[in-house]
Amino acid sequence: MTTAENANHGEAAIVAEHLVRRFGQVTAVNDVSFRVERGEIFGFLGPNGSGKTTVIKMLTGLLPLSAGAAHVEGVDVRVDSEAVREKIGYMSQNFSLYYDLTVAENLQFYGRIYGLDPARLKRRMEEIVAINGLGPYLNRLSAQLSGGWKQRLALGCAMLHEPKLLFLDEPTAGIDPVARRQLWDLLFELSGHGITFFVTTHYMDEAERCSHVAYIYYGKIIADGTPDSLRQLPDVQPHGTIRVEITTTSEVTRALRLVRKIAAIRSATIFGQSIHALADEHFDLDELRRQLLKEGIGVAEIRPLAPSLEDVFVELTYKNQALEEARRA
Amino acid sequence: MRDVFRGFGAVFYKEALHVRRDAGTLFFSLTMPLLQLFLLGFGVDTNIRQINTVVYNADGRRESRELIDRLKNSDMFHIFRYVENDYDLNDAIVSGKARVGVKIPVEYSDRLIHGMSAQVLVLIDGSDSSVAGQAINVTTSIGLDESLRRVLADRSEFAVDMRPKLLFNPDSRSPNFFLPGLTAIMLLNVTTFLTAFSIVREKERGTLEQLFVTPVRPFGLLLGKLLPYLGIGFFELCLILFFMRFVFQVPIHGSLLLLFVLSLPYLFAALSLGILISSKANSQAEAMQLAFLPILPSVFFSGYIFPRETMPAIFKPISYLIPATYFINITRGVILRGAGIRHLWTDGLALCVIGSVLLVIAARRFRNKVIMA
Repeated sequence: MTTAENANHGEAAIVAEHLVRRFGQVTAVNDVSFRVERGEIFGFLGPNGSGKTTVIKMLTGLLPLSAGAAHVEGVDVRVDSEAVREKIGYMSQNFSLYYDLTVAENLQFYGRIYGLDPARLKRRMEEIVAINGLGPYLNRLSAQLSGGWKQRLALGCAMLHEPKLLFLDEPTAGIDPVARRQLWDLLFELSGHGITFFVTTHYMDEAERCSHVAYIYYGKIIADGTPDSLRQLPDVQPHGTIRVEITTTSEVTRALRLVRKIAAIRSATIFGQSIHALADEHFDLDELRRQLLKEGIGVAEIRPLAPSLEDVFVELTYKNQALEEARRA
Repeated sequence: MRDVFRGFGAVFYKEALHVRRDAGTLFFSLTMPLLQLFLLGFGVDTNIRQINTVVYNADGRRESRELIDRLKNSDMFHIFRYVENDYDLNDAIVSGKARVGVKIPVEYSDRLIHGMSAQVLVLIDGSDSSVAGQAINVTTSIGLDESLRRVLADRSEFAVDMRPKLLFNPDSRSPNFFLPGLTAIMLLNVTTFLTAFSIVREKERGTLEQLFVTPVRPFGLLLGKLLPYLGIGFFELCLILFFMRFVFQVPIHGSLLLLFVLSLPYLFAALSLGILISSKANSQAEAMQLAFLPILPSVFFSGYIFPRETMPAIFKPISYLIPATYFINITRGVILRGAGIRHLWTDGLALCVIGSVLLVIAARRFRNKVIMA
């Protein structure tokens, strides 16, 4: 390895190169590469069982790599996974708190685990409490906290040792929308201070808020980039097409059937009271409006639309399935 | 800071907090064995006395009444009814009211007086083998005694005089036999349960997964989690020994210190068993069921109740794999026989070996099924 490459690894929070993990005959992670820069909020998405957790376990040194290399905070996970674990924080979706211990005892426990001396532990606890507002609850059993507060406490426990990189495994699963919003506000604030976040989620709106997303599908990364760059991928937005949102005033399902019959419409899906359609670039939108009105369907609005990340992942999954079938045949 | 025991202090302290918070479980796990101790100590007496007996005395003269008095005086038979015919004699046994039926035939006294052999029919309910065995022994020896008395007449000494002497437990007291063995079973029980529970609880909660991504070292984690339960197991041992000595008056002939020292490898084996269980079980309910598994062989194949000498040949090798086998020999050895390290070091060594093998298996399974799963 050259000095230049070393420096490279030093800059990024995570550099994963051709990660492979096999379990017997099954390849759970297949040639996965990505790079997470310092201060990014990296959204790692994918269906259940697609290899998300396996990748996290490989990056945190719990699972040996079958092939490939990974550097986390500049440390090679194959060489010194313990040093990796010292530098990172991890919060799982079930918040991993001891319910029969108080809020303060949970914080103290994790602080001691990371080897914080009493003075530093005290200082860090004060800082954490100032950030997450757990002050009034310090002596309460953590079992008695609501979901949102449990999550804040768990995040606090994961941050006590001042890690520069935090892995959050579905941090917002099962908590209320307000707490969800507050958590994201907190993540943005912390990332502003240079902390990197590796977040897995199933919520597309959360993915949209990430500065960098990757989508893993059955062990392979099929999308990797900023949300905006993914939207402009040719597979998602083929050349010579536009994406439109048609908002109807009534009978959206009948409208969908009509729209799908039009030759210039390549695909169409319902979103609430509207239809998202991928159409040829020169498609006449006024003509569409007239046709629908003729059928007795009121049209409130037709406007151009940027593809959502969900559109991106759907298109890329279809494309991958097609490739996979072609390969098998 | 890179020592192999990293995180030990934090985990130990936290585990102690769990134990304190969950006083119910602690109380339950400490008192259950004591309850068993009291049940076995007071309730179970393997010395058979006062068997319900029915007598059909068809003869009724002095010689036959003397024989009945002898039966009574043996303390083995409680004659609760006299019947007048064979049918009633039989019926009393079939119905379960009597375990033993004695029929003295009508010519009993006549035959004795004329120097002939007189037969006495003793019917014994064989459905309980230990009762039956004792009844056979006692009736036979009464018959023998009675015959000798008549043959010898004036000579008062036997030609061969066997004098059995019961060592270590001269009164054949059941607590002396049962309680040292029970100590071993209870200790295994409590320690395995608590260890398995404490780990499975973290598995259920997801905190174990969390600990794996911290710099805690496996040794620090295991030791921190297990030592509190080792302490509890040790306390339990003291508690049981205290009650055994002062409530049930079982004398301790050997060195208590030796017993304590030798209990460490046993507790170590029990803890390893607990880890093994926790690597398999995913819920506390599952752990509960699995923790029962080692109890049965420990009760039946360790010599606790049934002597290992009478075990069928296929079970004998099993008994060598069971930690309780060795620890029961240790407790009985120290408590009853006053055995020293000279007699018991092989048992201690066997426990160390079994404990280490269990720990290696448990640690491997744990690594493969829990950490890397």
